[in-house]
Amino acid sequence: MRLAGDHERPRDAAAFAPSSATALPITVRRLSKAYGAVPVLDEIDLDVRPGEFLTLLGPSGSGKTTLLMAIAGFLRPDKGSIRFGEREVVRLAPHKREIGMVFQNYALFPHMDVARNVGFPLRLRRVPAAEAARRVEAALEMFQLGGFGGRRIDQLSGGQRQRVALARAIVFEPRIILMDEPLSALDKQLRERMQIELRQLHERLGTTTVYVTHDQREALTMSDRVAILDRGRIARIDTPRAIYDDPGSRFVAEFIGESSFLDVAVADGVARAAGSTIRAGNLPTRQGCCTMVLRPERLHLLGPGEGEGMNCFDGRVTGAVYQGDTLLLQAVLSGGSPVALRLTTRGGEGPPPAPGTPVRIGIAVSDTVLLPDEAQGAP
Amino acid sequence: MTTASVFDAAGPAGDDHAAGLRRDQWRERMGLASLAAPALLLVTVTMLVPVGWLFGLSFLDDNGALSLEHYRRMLAEPSYGRTFRTTFEISFVTTLICILLGYPLAYFLSQLPRRAANLCMIAVLLPFWTSLLVRTYAWLVLLQRSGLINTWGMKLGLWSEPLQLVHNMGGTLIGMVHIMLPFMVLPLYGTMRAIDRNLLRAAASLGSTPVHGFWTVFFPLSLPGLAAGASLVFVLCLGFYVTPAMLGGGKVTMVSNRIANDIELFFNWGAASALGVVLLVITLVVLMLAARLSRGAGLFGAGH
Repeated sequence: MRLAGDHERPRDAAAFAPSSATALPITVRRLSKAYGAVPVLDEIDLDVRPGEFLTLLGPSGSGKTTLLMAIAGFLRPDKGSIRFGEREVVRLAPHKREIGMVFQNYALFPHMDVARNVGFPLRLRRVPAAEAARRVEAALEMFQLGGFGGRRIDQLSGGQRQRVALARAIVFEPRIILMDEPLSALDKQLRERMQIELRQLHERLGTTTVYVTHDQREALTMSDRVAILDRGRIARIDTPRAIYDDPGSRFVAEFIGESSFLDVAVADGVARAAGSTIRAGNLPTRQGCCTMVLRPERLHLLGPGEGEGMNCFDGRVTGAVYQGDTLLLQAVLSGGSPVALRLTTRGGEGPPPAPGTPVRIGIAVSDTVLLPDEAQGAP
Repeated sequence: MTTASVFDAAGPAGDDHAAGLRRDQWRERMGLASLAAPALLLVTVTMLVPVGWLFGLSFLDDNGALSLEHYRRMLAEPSYGRTFRTTFEISFVTTLICILLGYPLAYFLSQLPRRAANLCMIAVLLPFWTSLLVRTYAWLVLLQRSGLINTWGMKLGLWSEPLQLVHNMGGTLIGMVHIMLPFMVLPLYGTMRAIDRNLLRAAASLGSTPVHGFWTVFFPLSLPGLAAGASLVFVLCLGFYVTPAMLGGGKVTMVSNRIANDIELFFNWGAASALGVVLLVITLVVLMLAARLSRGAGLFGAGH
């Protein structure tokens, strides 16, 4: 018998052929929902491409779970349209939507054993018992749960329960999979392993997947594209890299990754911030101001003579936190703006610079990202 | 005093304080147990002693000699059998009606938002705040020949002769169901509240209709509450006195009425005690069966 948690990953791919040929797109148009005067979904337009892994990311109250529940059919929107492929489903009952859903707390039926849980959707579809048993076992095998069919749910660990929930959600080969923070109840290590497993599962099945999380790292790790929600609207939807490299707005920059911000003043085509002249790819031509995003890991501590091709600032160290793989250095620039630098640690380094030490900090021009001033529109 | 001297005072070096720690734990346990002492005393004085005394009385004949006469008579006289049958019939039917009325009500309450559910729960519990006698008399006012229901029914032309609504089995059942319903709803509601709503959502996403989801997921998980409510109502019904006495009009004789008669009319404490003992034994058996049943249901998991 194979134990769950084994690192060896048997791929029972024969039972689950990739269905990308038949993967469905999801089209959401002008979807709105309000509780009293408070809009939770505000005219949402969203296109999930066939076979795509799309993550809805946002702080609590941003509407990400509401949107997922509306797609699943558990929440009746006030207006709008949801289409799976060509089919309008906004008024379709959830049990007719053919969706594989994974819940945050697993939602396994506690009065059924593992095999009966996974076989539940097959019994409903009147799959003959022998074939159903074969498919249940194949689904369990795929999640390293072969031979676990007779276990009671309360005999399983959190990670095993999560796998059973996944097996149950895919065993009837739905063309859309929805996941509502499925990993948030797991501990960090298991969560990171499951992220990779889920991603691999998606690559194998090719099923259109909508995933909800509030964990930005999880979103970046797993998704083809990420939609960032803010107060019931989609603030940004793009690939993880595009969003990280050019957040486009302060909200997105603050939500994805860590950053410091620097006010930039533009006059006569020259941009200045914290006492230095700034060069950047998207420098505004008009007069005005904008905001510069400083990602901690893109900042460099410059020695004498260094700084070619960089925007450089003078500052003073205020503190240092040793974190093993990285050293987090805090500093203030000459204008008084605080910044943080994440420096990779190496063996044989001396102690970090003491508070008060003057330093030169640089960021490559190609890494310099300017955000439009939100009060004045585009830079 | 320095810290070092505190350590010195605790004992010689190498002492691991095992004995002292054990003593502390024992003392703590006894302290906790002593909190139950007043209740224990009360139960002993008001329950165990009288019940034991009645138990003894039931084995004495009229002359005070040891005998099984009271039990023999219970078996010999058919009227006793009838009384027990009536008692079980009424208890069973009351429990059944309470399930039929209480289950949908508890389900409704469990689906409401918590605030609204609490308000509705007050309505369910309202009868608890008025006296049992008042409530039973109120039913008499409503149901008797010249009562509200008969007066209005005849005025509206629904029926011409006064209906016999009370002083019979039907009247007794109406009153008992009314009094017992909260005992059914409370445990059911608690169990249903604890059922994760996502389970029904999961069932729906997997393709089950609301009705199918209810029967395959919700109902099995609500069974422990149903067993608790049903056994509570059934056992309370077995020993019920006031309502059958008043609404049954002397035609519905339950065991407790018979006990009262034995004592008040015939001063036969021995016979009354024997009835009490039999009723107690039956009640215990029912409770044991119910416990086993709900444990069986619990095996399949009643939430987490």
